Amino acid sequence: MINAIYSLIDFTLPFEWTEFSYMKNALLAIILITPLFGLVGTMIVNNKMSFFSDALGHSALTGIAIGVLMGIDNYLISMMGFALLFALCISAVMNSNTSSADTIIGVFSSTGLALGIVLLSASGGFAKYSSYLIGDILTVQPSEIAMLALILAAVVILWYFFFNRFILTSINADLAASKGIHVRRVEKIFVIVVAVIVTISIKWVGVLIINSLLVLPAAAARNMAKSMRSYHFIAVGISLFSGVSGLILSYYTGTAAGGTIVLISAVIFFVSFLATKVRTKA
Amino acid sequence: MDTCKCNTKIRNLTVKKRDGILLYDVSLDVHHGEILALIGRNGAGKTTLLKALLGRIPYTGSITYSNARGEMIEKPRIGYVPQNLVFDRSTPVTVADMLCANTSNFPVWLGHKKEKLEQAEKMLAKVGGNASLLPKRIGSLSGGEMQRVLLAFALEPKPDLLLLDEPVSAVDRRGIEVFYDLVTSMRAEHQMPTILVSHDLSHVEKYATRAALLDRTILVSGYVKDVMKTPEVQEAFGLKLTGGAK
Repeated sequence: MINAIYSLIDFTLPFEWTEFSYMKNALLAIILITPLFGLVGTMIVNNKMSFFSDALGHSALTGIAIGVLMGIDNYLISMMGFALLFALCISAVMNSNTSSADTIIGVFSSTGLALGIVLLSASGGFAKYSSYLIGDILTVQPSEIAMLALILAAVVILWYFFFNRFILTSINADLAASKGIHVRRVEKIFVIVVAVIVTISIKWVGVLIINSLLVLPAAAARNMAKSMRSYHFIAVGISLFSGVSGLILSYYTGTAAGGTIVLISAVIFFVSFLATKVRTKA
Repeated sequence: MDTCKCNTKIRNLTVKKRDGILLYDVSLDVHHGEILALIGRNGAGKTTLLKALLGRIPYTGSITYSNARGEMIEKPRIGYVPQNLVFDRSTPVTVADMLCANTSNFPVWLGHKKEKLEQAEKMLAKVGGNASLLPKRIGSLSGGEMQRVLLAFALEPKPDLLLLDEPVSAVDRRGIEVFYDLVTSMRAEHQMPTILVSHDLSHVEKYATRAALLDRTILVSGYVKDVMKTPEVQEAFGLKLTGGAK
């Protein structure tokens, strides 16, 4: 299966950068991961939850540390477990309306990060795990690509059946509740989806920039979109474009792929922002 | 009397919060074709009662909805028109997105089915809007336009209870009349039980059929004219002092 895809890439993209199989893997991973981020990112921006997904990324460090302490080889399990717990805790605290949401998320975020650093440095030096901070898409394995494909499919299916409920809830929870939508349940499902995709991708994208990849394409698309449909298609388009072009550029400039991708989406964001400013003035 | 038995019954509704009791022992009936005006000072618990009706806060007591044959409805549909819809004005959600997300299962991020768009157009026409609103972002609507869209949204699918929460606070004077005329004609057509929360007693007298004065609990309720004359209402709205509204 994977060899067939490799030869397809060789055939369609006969360039220097596709000669290596790690680049082929990275390309495949990006083709799967960027639409996923574009799709989920739009809803994160709709719900004003960009700070929340950032905190989730930070919590991944604690998840890794727990995995190390428990002697689990696959950190994904401990990361996922901790992130889910973390996400549901934040959403429960947010729902209790005790104090302002961004403060609570800020507290959780820094706690997640600090706890991770402390635990990791205690169990044999933080430097060993610093690769998680910026991630490395070039290390992605074919089995992981298959997993990404499954997750993308699952999210598309979920978005097909649940999106209308998501969007009504994000416009106004009371309004959604009046139509018999279980607002809390919808919010929980969404939080879980974000937790799952953030933790799964952290290894390749990194704690520090994962949120930019989620939020920037959606934020840029928002400047240009005329409806929900164009919003999603533009966001996925920007995400895919900056992912693929960032990967290629990073190969030739010898820079980290994640950072390069984020910079390209940031440029698109600023251009779209200025273009909207100019257009609304004219 | 009509044969339709659709109604909403609230019995012994109590809402407690850590810092005190927000509502206690509220019992209220709204029947077929009635517009019940819920009046009361700020902080009397009107919004809390609406939140309870929407199932957004925990309460004790019961709220039951019945259909035209008098049978209990398990999952009631409530048409809710909030006073100022709080939402992100920069959202790229259009009127068509919002109306279709309500009536269709087809996800609006993939677009709209043609028949659902036509349905949305009809819904808007019913409330005095037109198809030109459909492609507009909801953040760009005027107060009056937004109220129409919300009313169209509330009326489809046909609600078991219509909740109007200060529905015209963001609308100019002409818009207010248009909106209430719409509500009156909706009432004539659909006859669903309606609860209207309003500060403006002139609106209440003009458009509601019954009224209830709320201050943590129901102080008085009955036909609008009778309720308006009670000392409780006169006192709550300071009518005695100014000597107005007889």
